[in-house]
Amino acid sequence: MRKPYFTAIPAILALFLIAVTGFSSLAQQTEENHPIEQDSAVIGGHVEHEEFNANETIIEHVKDAPVWHFTDHLVMPLPVIVYSEEKGLEVFSSAHFYDEHHNTVEYNGYRLDGKNIVLTSTGENVLNLSITKNVAMLFITAVVLVAVLLSVASSYKKNTGKAPKGLQSFIEPVVIFVRDEIVKPNIGHHHEKYLPYILTLFFFILFGNLLGLLPGSANLTGNIAVTLTLAVLTFFITNFSGNKAYWKHIFWTPGVPTLLRIIILPVEIISVFTKPFALTIRLFVAITAGHIVILSLVCMAFIFHSYVVGIGTSLIVVFINLIELLVAGIQAYVFALFTALYIGMSTAEDEHH
Amino acid sequence: MDLLTPGIGLIVWQTVVFLGLVLLLGKFAWKPILGSLKEREDSIQQALDSAEKAKQEMASLKSDNEKLLKEAREERDKILRDARSVSNKLQEEAQVNAKKAADKIIADAKAIINTEKQAALNDVKAQVAQFSLEIAEKLVRKNLAEDKSQKELTESLIKDLKLN
Repeated sequence: MRKPYFTAIPAILALFLIAVTGFSSLAQQTEENHPIEQDSAVIGGHVEHEEFNANETIIEHVKDAPVWHFTDHLVMPLPVIVYSEEKGLEVFSSAHFYDEHHNTVEYNGYRLDGKNIVLTSTGENVLNLSITKNVAMLFITAVVLVAVLLSVASSYKKNTGKAPKGLQSFIEPVVIFVRDEIVKPNIGHHHEKYLPYILTLFFFILFGNLLGLLPGSANLTGNIAVTLTLAVLTFFITNFSGNKAYWKHIFWTPGVPTLLRIIILPVEIISVFTKPFALTIRLFVAITAGHIVILSLVCMAFIFHSYVVGIGTSLIVVFINLIELLVAGIQAYVFALFTALYIGMSTAEDEHH
Repeated sequence: MDLLTPGIGLIVWQTVVFLGLVLLLGKFAWKPILGSLKEREDSIQQALDSAEKAKQEMASLKSDNEKLLKEAREERDKILRDARSVSNKLQEEAQVNAKKAADKIIADAKAIINTEKQAALNDVKAQVAQFSLEIAEKLVRKNLAEDKSQKELTESLIKDLKLN
């Protein structure tokens, strides 16, 4: 029973470190803003004190971006990939979009407009396939996932018929949990077909959530594009594997008076689409909200300009971070569970009529 | 709001990378992991089943043993019972035989005693007759010592002869 303490202590220390680094990076940001302010104040001819804008800072941290902004000294430019009929496929560094003061500038006939890139000549959106901060995070998550799971898979080959050890004994109970508690009870006898998808889904969301909690990392699973893509994949799998009973239940609900069936029909059709919508929003909100809460608490020190508040909120941030670890697991579980549930509903044999 | 609108680029990358992950992990991670898990579970189940089977076999063996023991015990009892009854029978037979033999001896003895008694009686009779004759002879001799009496007898005898 002594072991959990030994693992808990470094975990808490790591979380504290996370809070502190988050803190210091923000501190640097605000410090560096001062000379610029002063410059602009001098140029403008009148003195004004720029307020620390917590809202902007938080949203900047949560949102996707064309560059990876660790601190103001460490900004990693990422490749921009754009395609337009006029100019064809072009690849260049996103550093070209910024001047030395982090202000956006035009480059080569392109202009940044929020997350879109537009042609300055026509003002039209171009197809933006850039490796943004979140795409880079996606690659990192994928690489970590593949590295971890392939090493686990190889250790199964190495010690066949032996007790699991190391990383294997960490991943194995999770895999068994997903298989026996999520997939098997909800899908039933055809569950093996859907197991690779749901396992990948679960581990992708779990790893994405956990990696997103690291300081300096991107909020991948809290991005609506990511959750939407996952939900749409679940939507396609659910509806393509839907059997006769499933479609019959939607279009001509059995066991209900004919008049009522006509009323139920639109409700059923809407419910087909609300399922992936709920999946999209749930994961997006849970993860983004968590990040916003942590960032808000960190920002409070800068709003109040007080060390006491800073120390107080840091302690709360540690606590919230622990909750976020829990949420990371819960959201992965919930997404996988609902996916399994929906697939199970669409493949269930018509037994209750 | 910018936060709520999904970007096309990220959707494309996410789709490509995630489907790639599903295929890659499905083939190289989940298949071996789930395969070995199933294999291990099967082997554990098999081991449990065979243990259960062995237990049952042991139990049946034990009951067989008990049955054999019971049978053996019964057989022993039966043999003992038989032996006892045989010995009883033999004893009875021996007693009967002994009794018979004794009876026979007694009967023989009685018969011999009877014949001996008869013989002794006959002897006594013969001797009594002898003594009687001797006594009679002496008496007769004494009576016939006088002539007169001889004469009388002779005459009586002649008289008898004459008559015949």
